[in-house]
Amino acid sequence: MSGAADFTEEKAQDNSSLLRFTGIWTILHLNGLDEKLLAHDGPVSQIDLSQVDHIDTVGAWLVYRTARNHGAAISGASQEAAKLIERVSSGDSDAATKPPTLSPPLRILNELGEAVTVALTTMAMFLGFIGQVVVAFLSVAIHPSRLRWNAIAQHFEMVGVRALGIVGLMSFLIGIVIAQQGAVQLKQFGAEVFTINLIGRLTFRELGVLMTAIMIAGRSGSAFAAQIGTMKITEEIDAMRTIGVTPIEALVVPRTLATVMMMPLLAFYSCFIAVIGGGLLCWVVLEIPPVTFVQRLREVTPMTDFYVGMIKAPVFGAIIAMTGCFQGLQVGNNAEQVGLKTTAAVVQAIFLVIVLDAFFAVFFSSIGWD
Amino acid sequence: MEKGPHQDSVISVRGLRNQFGTQVIHENLDLDVRKGEILGVVGGSGTGKSVLMRSIIGLQRPDAGDIHVLGENLHDHDTRGDHEVRRQWGVLFQGGALFSTLTVAENIQVPLREFYPWLSSNLLDEVARTKVHLSGLPPEAGAKYPSELSGGMKKRAGLARALAMDPQLLFLDEPTAGLDPIGAAKFDELTRDLKETLGLTVFLITHDLDTLHAICDRVAVLADRRVIAIGKIDELLASDHPWIKEYFSGPRGRAAQRGNSQ
Repeated sequence: MSGAADFTEEKAQDNSSLLRFTGIWTILHLNGLDEKLLAHDGPVSQIDLSQVDHIDTVGAWLVYRTARNHGAAISGASQEAAKLIERVSSGDSDAATKPPTLSPPLRILNELGEAVTVALTTMAMFLGFIGQVVVAFLSVAIHPSRLRWNAIAQHFEMVGVRALGIVGLMSFLIGIVIAQQGAVQLKQFGAEVFTINLIGRLTFRELGVLMTAIMIAGRSGSAFAAQIGTMKITEEIDAMRTIGVTPIEALVVPRTLATVMMMPLLAFYSCFIAVIGGGLLCWVVLEIPPVTFVQRLREVTPMTDFYVGMIKAPVFGAIIAMTGCFQGLQVGNNAEQVGLKTTAAVVQAIFLVIVLDAFFAVFFSSIGWD
Repeated sequence: MEKGPHQDSVISVRGLRNQFGTQVIHENLDLDVRKGEILGVVGGSGTGKSVLMRSIIGLQRPDAGDIHVLGENLHDHDTRGDHEVRRQWGVLFQGGALFSTLTVAENIQVPLREFYPWLSSNLLDEVARTKVHLSGLPPEAGAKYPSELSGGMKKRAGLARALAMDPQLLFLDEPTAGLDPIGAAKFDELTRDLKETLGLTVFLITHDLDTLHAICDRVAVLADRRVIAIGKIDELLASDHPWIKEYFSGPRGRAAQRGNSQ
């Protein structure tokens, strides 16, 4: 009588039948029985459990469901089985197990509308956040003793010093790629020497600062969002507020200040390394000696290119830091949000940096710095 | 205490040693949990109650010692029986540890889907509803996400997931911590009720003296890196170990005792 759960049917005279359940009615032994019981039709007046070995809640549920569907009586249940069936029967409901979902066309419209409202409110909130940061900066400027130098110094290290390796490597490779591509194309016109123009102007004006900004958005913008987001979940931000510390002043101002101050330095460093990379390629492939390279570089790269890069760098730094901190503060009360907001911080920071870069390009050309 | 696994013990720990760096948490710790009992585990903060539980359920590899759960050693290299043991226990972590991207009902279905992939989605839903009910949650809680639940409801949802597989053995890590007294008393009642209905063995870590008095069959006291005493509360009350005395005969201990004897 032990073994997999099963049932047999015994017909009575009045066309109704008795189902005799046998075997072990635990989830492990119930394979296929669910469908079999549902498919069983014809009147059932009684369910006999006297030959059931052992029963668990799933088994009890199946017994109860069969009895309910056919209006049958349950007999022969052991004390434990009766208790279990009684417990599961009181929990019978058709409550949903998932939140209600919309039909596909409606869902698309719904998501579209939601995306638009989210985008608009996020934009408004980000503007508000920038305002808060500016106010915090002003109040710190009035009371410089409130500036957290320790935190700023720590972020100098995290944002700046620790990024030197990766930014350097990236810039060196970018310098090589620019020089190599430039050399291949310009060789067709016998104008290889203009490769130096390409390296100097492109790195100082655009790529040095842009690539550094993208790297810092990925490294530090994401870290800011994750740090602040985690602090939000562990209620550290709320604790700060109750103690009387403004989170913007304690968390956002030091990070923003550190990033704004580090970005020009990193961007300059990046340009420098990229020029070295490009120069090296010119030396090896085009056989332009370093001395000639430097001399030519100084002739063709106007000082304004350097200014353009250095003016953009702190602005990009501010955008990256503020986007990261803003997204961190938007984290709600579950851990999944930290990941989502960190991604959002990086994507938005890079997007804003590129949009701003386009504005800067138009602006600097129109004031004659080309 | 006798050596070698006890006849009817579901969990048997022998000579357990756990160490973090130079800090020794457990040293030569022995413990038996008998079939069908609710064993309360108490001890001061930092005495390694949770570490003991993590060692038993295989999340923390001990530095020495043998742990047998349902006759299976989870820390040996033979992993064949491990799956079978995991099928037969349920664990409620302190914060509930619900999967935040799934609804409560889907959380309950995770272990079921893992171990019984042939269950139809219809039956899975029915089973999830049963467990939601068993754990004392209202039916509509099944469709909610963990972030929409209160602390007490999260614990109940965690319990529902722990019960998903109809386990023989239930681990509860401070189930009543952070609950209001009414909620805590209801949770105690629920634990005892489930133990009786489903024939569970319960390993219960708690700081709640009321819980100890109300539902525990035996209590194990962790101190000095091992189990210094184990037995019924009356037996522990007779002990003259200073920590046990202070624990059960302090103002809170006396209050809980009074409340229970009424």
